[in-house]
Amino acid sequence: MHQDAEEHWDLIILPQNRLFDLQLRELWRYRDLMLLFVKRDFIAQYKQTILGPLWHFINPIFTTVTYTIIFGNIAQLSTEGTPRLLFYMCGITLWNFFSNITTTTGSTFTLNAAIFGKVYFPRLIAPLATVLSLMIDLSVHILTLTGFAIYFKSQGYLENMQWINLMYLPLIILLTAGFGLGAGTIISSLTTKYRDLNVFITLGINLLMYATPVIYPFSSIQGPYREYLEWNPISPVIEFYRYIFTGTGTFSAASLAYSTGMMGLLLFVGLLLFNRVEKTFMDTV
Amino acid sequence: MSIVIRAKNVSKQYRLGKVGTGTLSHDLNRWWHRVRGKEDPYLKIGEANDRTSKGKSDYVWALRDINFDIEQGTATGIIGRNGAGKSTLLKILSRTTAPTTGSVKIRGRVASLLEVGTGFHPELSGRDNTYLNGAILGMTRKEITRKFDEIVDFAGVERYIDTPVKRYSSGMYVRLAFAVAAHLESEILVVDEVLAVGDAEFQKKCLGKMGDVTRNGGRTVIYVSHNMESIRELCTSAILLKNGLLAGSGSASDIVSSYLKTEAKFSTLYDSSNWTRIDLPHLTRQAEIVSIRNKAELEVFKVSDQLPFDITVTGKSEYATTVSRISLRVTNNMGAHILTTHTSVSCSLLKGEIQVIPMTLTIPELISGEYWCTVWIGEGDLGNYKCDHFSVEEVLHFAVINDQTHRWFPNWGNFNPKILAKDESSNIGGRAWHKAE
Repeated sequence: MHQDAEEHWDLIILPQNRLFDLQLRELWRYRDLMLLFVKRDFIAQYKQTILGPLWHFINPIFTTVTYTIIFGNIAQLSTEGTPRLLFYMCGITLWNFFSNITTTTGSTFTLNAAIFGKVYFPRLIAPLATVLSLMIDLSVHILTLTGFAIYFKSQGYLENMQWINLMYLPLIILLTAGFGLGAGTIISSLTTKYRDLNVFITLGINLLMYATPVIYPFSSIQGPYREYLEWNPISPVIEFYRYIFTGTGTFSAASLAYSTGMMGLLLFVGLLLFNRVEKTFMDTV
Repeated sequence: MSIVIRAKNVSKQYRLGKVGTGTLSHDLNRWWHRVRGKEDPYLKIGEANDRTSKGKSDYVWALRDINFDIEQGTATGIIGRNGAGKSTLLKILSRTTAPTTGSVKIRGRVASLLEVGTGFHPELSGRDNTYLNGAILGMTRKEITRKFDEIVDFAGVERYIDTPVKRYSSGMYVRLAFAVAAHLESEILVVDEVLAVGDAEFQKKCLGKMGDVTRNGGRTVIYVSHNMESIRELCTSAILLKNGLLAGSGSASDIVSSYLKTEAKFSTLYDSSNWTRIDLPHLTRQAEIVSIRNKAELEVFKVSDQLPFDITVTGKSEYATTVSRISLRVTNNMGAHILTTHTSVSCSLLKGEIQVIPMTLTIPELISGEYWCTVWIGEGDLGNYKCDHFSVEEVLHFAVINDQTHRWFPNWGNFNPKILAKDESSNIGGRAWHKAE
């Protein structure tokens, strides 16, 4: 009887985690912390600004206007006949969502070293909170986008656009978040000890944008490059997203399935690596 | 009593130096061994962690094969010199890093306080930070809400609770942080020397709170401190670490005594030939201290024991140098200056002339702990100060064991002199604190 009690332990600290052990129960126990991190990020971002959360609207609009002028009016890139403003805004909001998740979760360990070094909680809470924060940002952007879509539709543009398609948005948000989180966790796990990769990331993300139909439509790419572009798993997601708001976009069920598969793989590898380093990263970060 | 923490063969290896291309080859080699199913080649090497001497290998064992059991409801102190592995052990117990080998089994929730106010965000209000910090320490939102009023009351910051903490005074900031920590509800609490901050009244409150927690709450506490008295006061048992190895475990007062007796390395001798001095610019160096020799037979002193020592001085100047004052300052193990005392001597030194000045220090009413003396010689007495010739820092290491039985808080200082409450009629300066019955 006594022996049984001796053998029951709530926690066993070992040198290494099991290969793939997400400890979902523990994550769930710390869900309040995740929400508080989200709240912290939200409050801290706009503290001591007069416009406050209004900046959420202003930021993408300014970028969109800039893109519209440079890529639309000056470079005369095609937008498949959709209003330029709406076209670029679609690309920018979703791409920024992805790239912000990647770069922020990509430096999870370096950004949170001060907290991680002092207290234990499931490390995955930090990147998940980042994703949630950015999802809130994106929802605000989607509201703005919807506003523009309503305006353009009332002006007689966007004939093919159907409001019912908005119901696919959660799918797109989850897919993009999965890509970002997968890439971010891989980066953060690989850069705790050797930081060479960090130098490459910002550059890589910027360049990747040009290999994704963000500022140009997929349909405008012909010839040999089209094949390469098809390999990019984020392309169909962006095209789908744009299709929801403008009614034009190049994607198929097969390409979306490919994207989903790649996302799953990326996320799996990311979480696997993250799980491996989270215990001892403090010694090397 | 059941065991709530069981550490088995816990070791932690660190690699010294910086991370760069050199480490990559070791990592690749390690990986290659793992691929072939062999043991990590670098685990075989590595030395005990003695930071003072330069080792042959880049790998050190910050902890090596540590085994211990901790029973429920006890408070265990972890003692050791700097670099003995105390913090590493705390880090492993609080899961901020994993051991290299071995395992720790734990029953119950662990909350660790290696720092107060972890995760406090300057822009957030006291209220938001209370929730955030509480959640980081493992509380749920519901738990914090339940205890919120108590926390604010304990911290005494009610008026400021909706002000961003960046506007707080540093004392208020720490008090709020501490209040959150003090209301943790885990079964096991791991505490580092965070009590070094915060104002005196609050420290007392917190230490009292920690004591309550073990005595009444059945909670297990693991506590690291340099303050031997607070370990003796708070802890029932103690673990002594030495260069990463377990050097002893047992009742707190036994381990504290044995630490003071053996582990504290007594540099009873100062010799100018093997001593690196910090040259202070105000010293004339017309006379120098050649050696300081401890003549005491004791190693651990009690209050009013005599500590005899010889100071050997020599003249360095062309002209006769007068040494008329010997000063001695005592510092504690945190480096704080405890006291300074001066004495007059009469001594005149020609160049190369050597004189031995015998001294005796009567151990003042210090509490248990380790102390160091800084000795300097000079000219002129206190009323007529002229110059200082030479000083030797932190020599004459001695330990005191004071058998006072009442509790002693870290912020009470190092002195425990007698004080008497007298009648107002016989009280000379000021009012008596309270009348003797």
